[in-house]
Amino acid sequence: MPPTSPSRRHLLASMLAASSGLALSPLLAAAPPAPLLTRPVPSSGEQLPVIGLGSWITFNVGRDPQGRRESVDVMRQFFADGGRLVDSSPMYGSAQDVIGEAVQTLKPARLFSADKVWVSGGARGVAQVEASRKLWRVPRFDLLQVHNLLSWEEHLPLLLAMKREGRLRYVGITTSEGRRHTEIEKIMASQPIDFVQISYNALDRDVEQRILPLARERKIGVIVNRPFRQGDLTQSLAGKPLPGWAADIGCTTWAQALLKFIVSHTAVTCAIPATSSVAHVRENLLAGTGRMPDEALRKRIAQDVERLA
Amino acid sequence: MSEWWTYSLSDFLMFSSRSYYRLIESYNAAIWPAHFLALVAGVIVLGAIARPRQHLQRSAALVLAAAWGWVAWAYHLERYAEINTAAPYFAAAFAAQALLLCWLVYRPGNVANAAPAPQPLTIGLSGLAICAYPLLALARDNGTWRQAEVFGIVPDPTVVATLGMLLAWRAPAIFWLIPVSWCLVSGATLMELKINHAWLLPVLALTAVLARVMRSKTPPDLNSIANPRS
Repeated sequence: MPPTSPSRRHLLASMLAASSGLALSPLLAAAPPAPLLTRPVPSSGEQLPVIGLGSWITFNVGRDPQGRRESVDVMRQFFADGGRLVDSSPMYGSAQDVIGEAVQTLKPARLFSADKVWVSGGARGVAQVEASRKLWRVPRFDLLQVHNLLSWEEHLPLLLAMKREGRLRYVGITTSEGRRHTEIEKIMASQPIDFVQISYNALDRDVEQRILPLARERKIGVIVNRPFRQGDLTQSLAGKPLPGWAADIGCTTWAQALLKFIVSHTAVTCAIPATSSVAHVRENLLAGTGRMPDEALRKRIAQDVERLA
Repeated sequence: MSEWWTYSLSDFLMFSSRSYYRLIESYNAAIWPAHFLALVAGVIVLGAIARPRQHLQRSAALVLAAAWGWVAWAYHLERYAEINTAAPYFAAAFAAQALLLCWLVYRPGNVANAAPAPQPLTIGLSGLAICAYPLLALARDNGTWRQAEVFGIVPDPTVVATLGMLLAWRAPAIFWLIPVSWCLVSGATLMELKINHAWLLPVLALTAVLARVMRSKTPPDLNSIANPRS
């Protein structure tokens, strides 16, 4: 996979920030962030920002008007700061409908819609995809993934057919928490999928052994879920001072350091942290800007997180 | 979904504590002032435990049946299902318990009789559910009285009050199955949401079950709800 490719606008912004000495200051953190770094989708070359937006738990707010307003605000900030990929699933309760409301309200020009099929049996998959599309209020999905490999043998041919017919742009599979990696590898090796979604963070690094190298070899994009172990990781690091290396890569919070660790792996296309806070979405998106850790620093980040978390 | 053993409860938790308590808050606001009716219902249940008379026993069983039925529809189906895909199944279970409680009223010969005298534990359980449970909202971080969990309105206090009555009635195991299962499900959910009183519901269920088992060793008065002291 090609290295991270900042846009020209981003390079200029980074140079300006560096020359003014503001790269790490709270002042810059409060200002609109620099454009996000992007990575190409291996199967197409399309550039995607390295930070996306997940919706597990955070957007499942039911009919609560306040919760819905806050979710729309989070997505507004996400798109304003250059975010594109939003990920959801029929498994996430009201999240799809909440996203749909935001899509209808905000009309984002560059939304990359990533959803999932999560139902037993292939025949029911067709109806579920259509129901999800209506909830999202989009003409078609950019990416559909088989959620946790549920009935993947039946759903994958359906999704690949949709892609051939131009009703879908990309096809993928997902897992989380390190489950069914052997099966994931088999599918990656044998099926023409565009994306694989896995859990990966500074503590859960099993995928570095086989799945990430295989993704690179097979030209499969990698979406990383649960970058903070559902908040447990950032919570366990809260209050612990950031090591000196954090300033070197422009991190002012542990969340940013954890995200930079993930998206600096060259096989990773993007990470999808979920949040219900506008401040946190800005913080997360900032992690997709500026300098990324090299291999030596990545090892050190993993060691420090293991020691402190 | 295979490899079920690799899943933990947190994998199925779909919502945050904020969404959960906001749901209760909006539900409370939507049905206010039905809470006064729930309070009257709670007084009937407590009265049935304090004074085990025939008409009070029947009224209490009907009140509990109505409460379970209401919670099944108004809470689980109409509200909780918005954020929890398992809520329709909970609604079915609560509706089944409502039917069981109705059966208790109209087929009284099938159940053991109420305790001959008020027992501190039965009064304690139902009293806690009806009087003290709403106050838990104030003990929680960022909790407000608008999020109060009231007997007959939301599941947890309704279930605890029912445990008290089941204990007083020495009800057979089938009547305990759904309430005790709910205590485990709700306790585990609150634990995952990191609510500080998550332990309360499972502990109350365990206490009630142990007390029921202990009492089963003493011969029951099979006079039942049909013919309690009047």
